[in-house]
Amino acid sequence: MDFQLSKEHAMARSLFKDFAEKEVKPRAIEVDETEEFPRDTVEKMAKYGFMGIPVPKEYGGQGCDPLTYAMCVEELSKVCGTTGVIVSAHTSLCCDPIMTFGTEEQKQKWLVPLAKGEKIGAFGLTEPGAGTDAQGMQTKAVLEGDEWVLNGSKCFITNGKEADVYVIFAVSGKIEKRGKMMKEISAYVVEKGTPGFTFGTKENKMGIRGSSTYELIFQDCRIPKDNLLGQQGKGFNIAMHTLDGGRIGIAAQALGIAEGALERTIEYVKERKQFGRAIGQFQNTQFQLADMATKCKAAQLLVYQAAMKKAEYQKDPKVSYSVEAAMAKLCAAEVAMEVTTKAVQYHGGYGYIREYEVERMMRDAKITEIYEGTSEVQRMVISANLLK
Amino acid sequence: MSLKVEECKGVFIFAQQVDNKINNIAYELLGKAKDLAADLSQEVTAVLIGSDVKGLADSLAWYGADRVIVVDDPELKEYRTEPYAHALSSVIEQYKPEIMLIGATAIGRDLGPRVAARIHTGLTADCTQLDIGDFPLQPAPGQEQKKNQLLMTRPAFGGNTIATIACPEFRPQMATVRPGVMQKREADKSAKANIEECKIEFKPDNKYAEILEVVKSVSNVADIADAKILVSGGRGVGSPENFKILEELAEAIGGTVSCSRAVVDSGWKPKEMQVGQTGKTVRPHVYFAIGISGAIQHVAGMEESDIIIAINKDEGAPIFDVADYGVVGDLNQIVPELTKQIKEAMAAKA
Amino acid sequence: MKIVVCVKQVPDTKGGVKFKPDGTLDRGAMLAIMNPDDKAGLEAALKLKKENPGTEVTVVTMGLPKADDVLREALAMGADKAVLVTDRVLGGADTWATSQTLAGAIRNLEYDLVITGRQAIDGDTAQVGPQISERLDLPLVSYAEELKIEGDSVIVKRQFEDRYHMLRVKMPCLITALAELGEDMYMTPGGIFDAYQTEVTVWGRKDLKDVSDDNLGLNGSPTKIAKASDRVAKGAGEKVTPDSPKEAVDYIVGKLAEKHVI
Repeated sequence: MDFQLSKEHAMARSLFKDFAEKEVKPRAIEVDETEEFPRDTVEKMAKYGFMGIPVPKEYGGQGCDPLTYAMCVEELSKVCGTTGVIVSAHTSLCCDPIMTFGTEEQKQKWLVPLAKGEKIGAFGLTEPGAGTDAQGMQTKAVLEGDEWVLNGSKCFITNGKEADVYVIFAVSGKIEKRGKMMKEISAYVVEKGTPGFTFGTKENKMGIRGSSTYELIFQDCRIPKDNLLGQQGKGFNIAMHTLDGGRIGIAAQALGIAEGALERTIEYVKERKQFGRAIGQFQNTQFQLADMATKCKAAQLLVYQAAMKKAEYQKDPKVSYSVEAAMAKLCAAEVAMEVTTKAVQYHGGYGYIREYEVERMMRDAKITEIYEGTSEVQRMVISANLLK
Repeated sequence: MSLKVEECKGVFIFAQQVDNKINNIAYELLGKAKDLAADLSQEVTAVLIGSDVKGLADSLAWYGADRVIVVDDPELKEYRTEPYAHALSSVIEQYKPEIMLIGATAIGRDLGPRVAARIHTGLTADCTQLDIGDFPLQPAPGQEQKKNQLLMTRPAFGGNTIATIACPEFRPQMATVRPGVMQKREADKSAKANIEECKIEFKPDNKYAEILEVVKSVSNVADIADAKILVSGGRGVGSPENFKILEELAEAIGGTVSCSRAVVDSGWKPKEMQVGQTGKTVRPHVYFAIGISGAIQHVAGMEESDIIIAINKDEGAPIFDVADYGVVGDLNQIVPELTKQIKEAMAAKA
Repeated sequence: MKIVVCVKQVPDTKGGVKFKPDGTLDRGAMLAIMNPDDKAGLEAALKLKKENPGTEVTVVTMGLPKADDVLREALAMGADKAVLVTDRVLGGADTWATSQTLAGAIRNLEYDLVITGRQAIDGDTAQVGPQISERLDLPLVSYAEELKIEGDSVIVKRQFEDRYHMLRVKMPCLITALAELGEDMYMTPGGIFDAYQTEVTVWGRKDLKDVSDDNLGLNGSPTKIAKASDRVAKGAGEKVTPDSPKEAVDYIVGKLAEKHVI
């Protein structure tokens, strides 16, 4: 058991922090205000390899471990939740399934440009009538000759209109399971610009407002047969596997948002004076800060542990990290919500003003309790493991 | 090879000229050199290097040079490291000064180290104080205490540490001196100096850089982050029109006007001029906070300034917690008068 | 082309200078970073490397063994080789002895161009680069703001207070970099892990070429420290409530004169 970051990890953290402070922070207010996808920031991140941190070097990535990747999302999210989720959705939800389940040709075709950040990735599972419950899925894929024909829609898709490569899940048939007819789900890679693939409404969101959340629409969208990702009918497993990894990314995002709000609050209470002294000199403030910091640290340990467990899995596929990922996400998301809410409170009236940024952090924090499995779903994953 | 300590005499200064105009630093160095020379009972020599510069020697006499050594050669028309380093080190080797002072300018800080390395002596950079004294300062057992050494004091670490340095074993004792710190003397236009021309041979080689172009800068709208002096106004200034008194102060002292967020929010000034957390972080040498209450978001953007002077009528304003010099009073009365006095002070100095 | 870049590890003053309770500098509490001007020089070298394939960039530092950190950072940014010059006998060096040491190290390397930062944020001397050039008998251009290669020469924009010169200098030569010479450049995550797998060459006194002991370390330094002190941390200063505007102005003008502002 070693709680000390290696020299490499410590230096990687300083890199992400430096980049976030210089390149991401100055644009955070504007990105939130205008809802504009920060493409220039993404291009800069691509230049320095941030879009392919856990992807092996032979596929254009950085060849780093999941912990390095989690620290990147954490540091970016400290200053801008939008930028954090752009990297997380791209890496965990698009690069990772292609890396894990793709053929060599598929990796060369899509993973290499994704890892280099020349292309941006997205993931389409959720539908208006189906979130984590995959059996509610309506999007269909039918094999016609050498092509799969997709019909249906996906909603709340992060990096929606900005992505180039989409991992899409669709019902490809029916199979009998324990005497019941179940939907058979498969995963596909769809490229932007494919005829029949269009975008619906842009969601006007409470937080992470620059992340380009769109509805994806498929109308007789024909993709080559070879765009099937993994085996036909294994889509549900691919989705669940992908979400396990995605949760580490979102947990890191939530952790970063919480830490960012805590840092702001510490700075503020040292300076802000009421009744003749800095509010940080009041014991109530001190105790609240102590609780906030303790919770952030606890969340961080869970997130890092989950990331390290995933690294173990990469060496030995028998290792499961889904419980660790669920615990990390559950804890970090709830800590993020609690810490950002308190941060707003301790900023007083300023906390409610956009320019002071903690209110944005509070709005950004909320989604971490919802997407890639709500906190309730995380509790299901954790308890199912306890009671099995 | 190095010069013998006992053979070296005289306080020398490098009389920097550009475009055949003596730089003010030369006069400042002469002012200090005169004091040092008096302590040592020695003479002050100015070394004037350039092309067609003999006519400038007289003014060096007016400000305190007893002697001017002129190196005049077409190779020296524009400043270039090698011919200048060759000229100055040749003069040093020939005339053997005890002390050699150079301005800590973009020229002096290039020339000084190269010359010191060539003639094997120490060089202390960017000094703000020079004295004659003993080294070590206190007698120490087993170590000879040398008299009449040049003690060179300089800030380091962005001004957070101060060190006094000596160069006891080598000559000349060399220092570059920060411009604007030493006081020049009143010009005595009846003063004369011995002018000696020193002939030096220049053999251009690959160390002689080729000048392709000389471009003089024209100042335009200053970036507040680059300003050495900022005159910053807050809501207390009262109106956009009233910023005129700040602009006049800035002009008098050679500074730039900036402002607080309240001023930008009121539409009085553009965002580029805003100091603070949501504006620019500045670190000037002098920051005037005029009619600025000092919200932490403002303070975060300027607290690293070297000298903060606050003028505010509210004596409880938080700006006074960070100000080095706080004045409680009415800016409308104080600022115009301050401008007037600074103008007078500057005029007297020029 | 072969480029040697000299870098120094310095305490970071960006987050404010830290003081101990007694008012002296708390160097241990400040992070050690690559000196900003040196980083700009390295960035310029790496840019040249990108534009001129086949260019090799070697970083050299003199310091304590922990200066290894800045070399790893340089490697993670894209430098090819790193040399750490460290030896007890080199400690306490002034700029004279430091430039002797670095020149002694650089003599072992092949180079067309040597780049140093203009000055370090701890010493603020700006002397080491020019003095290395003198030891190596190289042309010098200090205060460089732009740099490009043209045949066997470099074209440099050399900054002065009120002007700049465009200079052409034949290589090999030495350039000292202003912050403007570099464009913000970052390490890559994979580069960091590779950097720790790369071997850093460590040289001591015996590895320095053509340098005499008389010119090294504290003993070889012509300048000697007579006294050093830290300035006491800044807190709230003075506050006066003058009786008249005249008195207020006299007060301010007095302070400005005292601080040599006017």
